[in-house]
Amino acid sequence: MNPTHTRYLYAYAVVRASDAVAGALETVTGVADGPVRAVRHRELMVLAGPVPATDHDEQGLAEHLEDLDWLERTARAHQRVIGAAAAVAPSVLPLRLATVFHDEEGVRTMLGARHEQLLAALDRLDGRTEWGVKVHALGTGRPPGAAAAPREDTPRAAASGRDYLRRRAAERHAAREGARHEDDVARGIHTTLTALAQETRLHPPQNPRLSGQAGRNVLNAAYLVRREDGPRFTSAVARLAERAPRDGMRVDLTGPWAPYSFAGTDASPESP
Amino acid sequence: MNERRAPVPSEGPADLADILERVLDKGIVIAGDIRVDLFDIELLTIRLRLIVVSVDKAKEMGIDWWESDPSLSSHARREELAEGAGADVGRLAARVAELEKRAGQEGSG
Repeated sequence: MNPTHTRYLYAYAVVRASDAVAGALETVTGVADGPVRAVRHRELMVLAGPVPATDHDEQGLAEHLEDLDWLERTARAHQRVIGAAAAVAPSVLPLRLATVFHDEEGVRTMLGARHEQLLAALDRLDGRTEWGVKVHALGTGRPPGAAAAPREDTPRAAASGRDYLRRRAAERHAAREGARHEDDVARGIHTTLTALAQETRLHPPQNPRLSGQAGRNVLNAAYLVRREDGPRFTSAVARLAERAPRDGMRVDLTGPWAPYSFAGTDASPESP
Repeated sequence: MNERRAPVPSEGPADLADILERVLDKGIVIAGDIRVDLFDIELLTIRLRLIVVSVDKAKEMGIDWWESDPSLSSHARREELAEGAGADVGRLAARVAELEKRAGQEGSG
């Protein structure tokens, strides 16, 4: 027995069994530069690929997941496979990172146990894709009507402590008003886009140190949109993005994604 | 016309934060044969920072506009998250603080 040659199966996504989808994924490179193949059971199949067992057992994963380079490579490969699947399959259920089985038998056992639940989720997401919209407040906008802190004709050098405190209070007030205005704009954007979506999810604001984005992340949302409504949705985002700088905001669109944010099969439905 | 090639007004490929947000936090959780709890992974406190920031710090940062809008569907989820993950968040907040301290020491060294 040579453990370095043992292979586990890294699972990416559940889709409805389809030769066309399985064929399209043959050319895609997955995690650990491995190929992707389909493991079928009844009407379902899991897109999965062989990975070295030593790197993907409990200990191997625990170690590798502490390595940001490894995590990034793996996350990008994971998304690459799921993105490729979403481009050809009408409905894709993305699995969370690092879902690993010993062999095909384990995959089939899982598919058998969750067959109805997975099929129902695939039906619910059929023909729908996810778009991500982030709004950042850049801190440069000013609410209409709320002028900057009132300037008095006080010579700067001679400003008294009371003047200073008054100015600070006015600045704080302006900042609060500015933040309120930014929140109103974010809410308006979310309302506009919600009207074009089947379902929405609000995500926690992104950590600026990870995202590298300037400004305050006031909206980080995902919208589940019918494929045929995609152009309408992206046009709406484009219009909002064009207007946003006037309010000191920036609007970013990502997608189309596989419906990561809507795939949870355990969550109770939130759609109206 | 290919409906999947919709015009995308933003920058090109999704950045790492967008990908990690999805592959670590979203998608279905299915227990594979290999058991790895992503919450136990130190690096993934990057992920948990996002949660800690959202639950503990969002108000402090002034990001709470959805709270005042009961029609927003995620409100209940957010509450659930805050309650269900309360103990975890406390534990992890401490962990994050420790890591930040360490990162600060490394950064200043």
